[in-house]
Amino acid sequence: MTVSASTRTIAKTAAAAKSDLHKRLRLGESFIEAFLFFCGAVSILTTLGIVFVLGKESLLFFTSGEVTLWEFISGTEWQPAIGRFGIWALLNSTLMVTAIAMLVALPLGLAVAIYLSEYASLRARSILKPVLEVLAGVPTVVYGYFALTFMTPFLRSIFGDEIVQIYNTAAAGIVIGILVLPLVSSMSEDALHAVPYALREAAYGLGATKLETAIKVVLPAATYGVAAAFIVAISRAIGETMIVAIAAGAGPSFTFNPFESAETMTGHIVRISGGDLSYDSIDYNSIFAIGLMLFVMTLTLNIISRHVVKHFREEYE
Amino acid sequence: MNYTNGKYVFDIQNLNCYYGSFRAVKDTDLSIESKKITAFIGPSGCGKSTVLRTFNRMNDLIPSARVTGEVLFHGQNLYDPDVDPVEVRRRIGMVFQKPNPFPKSIYENVAWGARINGFKGNMDELVEQSLRQAALWDEVKDKLDQSGLGLSGGQQQRLCIARTIAPRPEVILMDEPCSALDPIATLKIEDLMRQLVKNYTIIIVTHNMQQAARVSDYTAYFLMDRDDRAGLLIEYGVTNEIFTKPKDQRTEDYITGRFG
Repeated sequence: MTVSASTRTIAKTAAAAKSDLHKRLRLGESFIEAFLFFCGAVSILTTLGIVFVLGKESLLFFTSGEVTLWEFISGTEWQPAIGRFGIWALLNSTLMVTAIAMLVALPLGLAVAIYLSEYASLRARSILKPVLEVLAGVPTVVYGYFALTFMTPFLRSIFGDEIVQIYNTAAAGIVIGILVLPLVSSMSEDALHAVPYALREAAYGLGATKLETAIKVVLPAATYGVAAAFIVAISRAIGETMIVAIAAGAGPSFTFNPFESAETMTGHIVRISGGDLSYDSIDYNSIFAIGLMLFVMTLTLNIISRHVVKHFREEYE
Repeated sequence: MNYTNGKYVFDIQNLNCYYGSFRAVKDTDLSIESKKITAFIGPSGCGKSTVLRTFNRMNDLIPSARVTGEVLFHGQNLYDPDVDPVEVRRRIGMVFQKPNPFPKSIYENVAWGARINGFKGNMDELVEQSLRQAALWDEVKDKLDQSGLGLSGGQQQRLCIARTIAPRPEVILMDEPCSALDPIATLKIEDLMRQLVKNYTIIIVTHNMQQAARVSDYTAYFLMDRDDRAGLLIEYGVTNEIFTKPKDQRTEDYITGRFG
């Protein structure tokens, strides 16, 4: 008994002398970990802060007694001076600009993506990709004046000065389409690229041409990734501000004519908040209600796109 | 060789294959008999897959690949400048190493190749017939509209075989078709090959010597040349003879498992 106990003690001290396995405090590690956590937390806190501010000011707007929620989401007239706050006057032009932008960006972006992923030689790729990235890097204010001073005169020369107004949603929409084109093409190309090479081999092995392989095998296999690219592009177009503020028009107007001027939600926020607006007025609160609406729209689209991308990943990984 | 009576489908003459400046296969002559199974065996890097892919010009898909010499298909050189590789591949089907069904329904997988080839007949009938020939019909007849990706590996490979035979090719090339499958699925594919050879000429690349011995009529043994690392045809003949009394010492070393 005593013998074995003493042997154990000896064994213990011997081990302790050999190597100390106690946990050590590593200050540098802990500090870095805390810092990285803080960086991650900042983005979440910012989002929460935005939601809080938007929600608080919107609540003031809807509880002011001047407008009901129903009037807001169903009205087609936006005249703060006489107490009319119908979001459709602004929402309609936002949707129209977005639709026009998508008519430009989706077919073109997809065509570029198919070309880059299936056809382009290494050389063509190495030229085209950086050029597209430059397109994405142009400041939107430049795009805005491009719409106003090039696209609008161009449309007028085709359709006539009396039909196309100086400020119009068509020019703004087309230019936003050019703005989001690199986004669509690069995301779609990633999706096409992710389709396993074995599927292309299978198609070629059956005697498919390059076009048949690209359109009937690769593109359907990449549907979810391409759809996600489209949704992100839509969300980007809805939120685009500078181009519409410069080229789409300064005054809410409920119209379906793309050649007439009509102010979008983002354009309206910019114009109103740029003026001398007092902080506790209903006008001031109204822009937060518009902002909240925009936030909900883009958030919804981003959530949908995340789900779509997840579905795409599940299929191949 | 006599092509007029249809005994031989392919005749390779003085074939050299290059990837960039690297010669992967050198000075190969080889004839493939009709409605027989010919197996290509040999260690990795010996060029057997490269030779297989010259039969349907799949090497064209690799930008740096280049071929000299002749690959005669019923006497016509497949590498003539006016030969369309798309047309070649419509006559000479291919099954790949890893099962690669399209992410489409089972029915669509089988119908796809026939459809792009302009098939005008009864598609339902063709799909059933092809799946029966591929010994898969009984397992999938109740779920033709489900995704081909939902099948097991062995079933997927048989689906790929059904897809390959649906456009009615004359030749089926198989590039290690069982290397991703378990032994039972492998045996099923081998049984299937013995059935298919009644109607098709089959060329199979395999790492599995027992498979070549079990399934093929002819065997070609390739080896990488020690000096320039180019693949080389060492011995070619009736499978039985290659495996029982090989003429070349190198073939004997390989099939008795001394290396490789």
